[in-house]
Amino acid sequence: MKFLHANSDRLIAILCILPSLIAVGIFVYAFIGWTIWSSLLKWNDMMPLRSIWPFPDNITLFPPNAPFAGLDNYYRLIFTDARFQQDIQNTILFTVLFIASSLFLGMFLAVLLDQRIRGEALFRAIYIFPMSVSFIVTGVMWRWILNPGTAQTGAIGVNQILEIIGLGFLKNGWYTDPAIGIKAVVIAATWQMAGYTMAMYLAALRAIPDELREAARVDGATEWQVFRYIILPLLNPVTLSAVIVLGHISLKIFDLISAMTGPGAGFSTDVPAYYMFDTVFRGNHFARGASIATLLLLMVSVLVVPYLIYNARTEVQR
Amino acid sequence: MSQSRRRMIVVLGVMTVFMLVLSACGTATAAPKTQVEVFSWWTTGGEAAGLQKLMDQFNAENPKYEVINAAVAGGAGSNAKAVLKTRMLGGDPPDSFQVHMGHELIDTWVTTDYMEPLDDVYSKYGLNDVFPQGVLDIVSYNGHPWSVPVNIHRANVLWFNKSVMEANGIDTATLSTFDGWQAAAEKLKAAGIAPLALGDNGPWAAVHLFEVVAAGTLGADKYKGLWDGTTDWAGADVTAALENFTMMLGYVNSDHAALSWDQANQLVIDGKAAMTIMGDWVDGDYVAKKFTGFGWASPPGTKGIYDALSDTFGLPKKAKQAEATKMFLGVLGSKQGQEAFNILKGSICARKDCDYSKFDAYLQSSAADWSKDAIVPSLAHGAAASEGWTTSITDVIAAFVTSQDVAAAQAGLVQACKDAGICK
Repeated sequence: MKFLHANSDRLIAILCILPSLIAVGIFVYAFIGWTIWSSLLKWNDMMPLRSIWPFPDNITLFPPNAPFAGLDNYYRLIFTDARFQQDIQNTILFTVLFIASSLFLGMFLAVLLDQRIRGEALFRAIYIFPMSVSFIVTGVMWRWILNPGTAQTGAIGVNQILEIIGLGFLKNGWYTDPAIGIKAVVIAATWQMAGYTMAMYLAALRAIPDELREAARVDGATEWQVFRYIILPLLNPVTLSAVIVLGHISLKIFDLISAMTGPGAGFSTDVPAYYMFDTVFRGNHFARGASIATLLLLMVSVLVVPYLIYNARTEVQR
Repeated sequence: MSQSRRRMIVVLGVMTVFMLVLSACGTATAAPKTQVEVFSWWTTGGEAAGLQKLMDQFNAENPKYEVINAAVAGGAGSNAKAVLKTRMLGGDPPDSFQVHMGHELIDTWVTTDYMEPLDDVYSKYGLNDVFPQGVLDIVSYNGHPWSVPVNIHRANVLWFNKSVMEANGIDTATLSTFDGWQAAAEKLKAAGIAPLALGDNGPWAAVHLFEVVAAGTLGADKYKGLWDGTTDWAGADVTAALENFTMMLGYVNSDHAALSWDQANQLVIDGKAAMTIMGDWVDGDYVAKKFTGFGWASPPGTKGIYDALSDTFGLPKKAKQAEATKMFLGVLGSKQGQEAFNILKGSICARKDCDYSKFDAYLQSSAADWSKDAIVPSLAHGAAASEGWTTSITDVIAAFVTSQDVAAAQAGLVQACKDAGICK
């Protein structure tokens, strides 16, 4: 009797997760499969989708009847496509700078707020507010703030401020200058996400028991030593989580680029996701776009999978 | 679960269904007219006003229907095209949509069997007799016409600020060769004026300049040969075209990457730049900004060449209101419709029999050239090459504007032609 009971429990459990299993199976894994399949075809022009048995002929859900291309689309992207190579460089530069600046600024703000100053709630809200804005809004805003202005308008935005405070020699073309390019976008992205890392760090700082600091101080440690040898090591898990979250945002970034700069002069602000959009919807290069999507998935996996494994292990240990 | 709670859920469910039914009734009674959805990227200025004129004309003649403009903003239609593609592939096409005449229509939608042929529209409204043969050739594929062109634009026009040219003693007749152009540009540069205004914030503007330089360097026949594979992309004259392009890029305004074409044109209006090479929608921009001190000439080497593009409208296979759409296409092709539209849009009629007496001086001269020049298709505006090929060339040119590496760009152009399946 007990055995039967356990079995029906399990049945109900399976029934309960079945809908989401099916939905995830179709809308995540089947679509990934569809994309990889497309990326292996010679499908770089408009072609009608096709039907596959057992679906009726008018249900055309599958990639077209294009010749098999093997890994040619990938090979061409990685080894001969100057735009894609530039995109990868941009992505690496963007990811490194964006993560570094968000972590640094976030930690700095969190440490300041942790001093239990007056009006802390207000400052916390101000710093975290940008995160509630969408990347499109951020992009449009910073497009204007960092707009170098033209011959008719004179200097506007940041350039105008620099001019007014007598630092006119710092004026430059920002995102329109190929030498700066993606670094200007880092400023906007950091503005948006630094508050988020601040919140994570602040929570972690508050979780550190005061006894630890007190003990260190009793042992004669300076405030800097307390921070360096007590606080910082205890923040490591948060840093790791923040790197994962920021990292996968920066690898997939599209909306901010699209609203703020587009591909930029000489593709200086182009990223793989933008190239994917451009090449599929403007150029009808569906297979090339699918290959870029697959490469992006691989890049994000390299970042996220070790983290998931690490997390799973520590959960088990607990 | 208690009885009352269960009852509550049933009541809520019934109410939800009831509300859905109600809201459905609401929309049905609010719109007694059958809507015909026309999809375009014309949202502002003369072009939107012109389209509105055509829609008003149709709506007045056909009280049963109401044509609506489902527009998605964005230069040269880049955003609209993405929306259109997802709708077409998803089996939910608009009743008609704006598409550039030529390969953009044929290669993307006709060869893939997404369009209805328009033979009956052409015969019913007598369009076969009123469009020039050159236009009929470009809108046809396999012997059927596939879209109705409403206008013709010219891509190869060099616009200049008259007073700047006079003040620097430049005879604009010398601009017709690359050497003469360069000599004039040197003079202007020495006077502290940007010789050529370019706004390639949207990379198509750089492609536009490149195609005009290519047509000027290669001449009409060899330029046309680029698009069917008879002119060798690896050849010396393409190298020469890229070198001329490099020469011209040496004289552009330094902030070109930050500007759009109309902001670049503003430099010419303000006298900060002397010239710009852009399509004849610049004329409409001058009219809108009430600037009269401009003149126009053929860009170097393109005298006698008419680099043409056209906006056309077609009928997708799964359109819901096919009959009404055909009537609307008839209005688009009519003399009255084309005259009303093109005066506002600032382009010439695709028809041969328009009355140009009410058009401005530039459009009259353009209409005169249209009837005698060699017509070549525009690359940046969809007439010359498939969208895939055009996008590949755009990538090469956008990189070239920064790097100015002629050999790499030419290799990229050769590869793009191979990828398009035109070159071996």
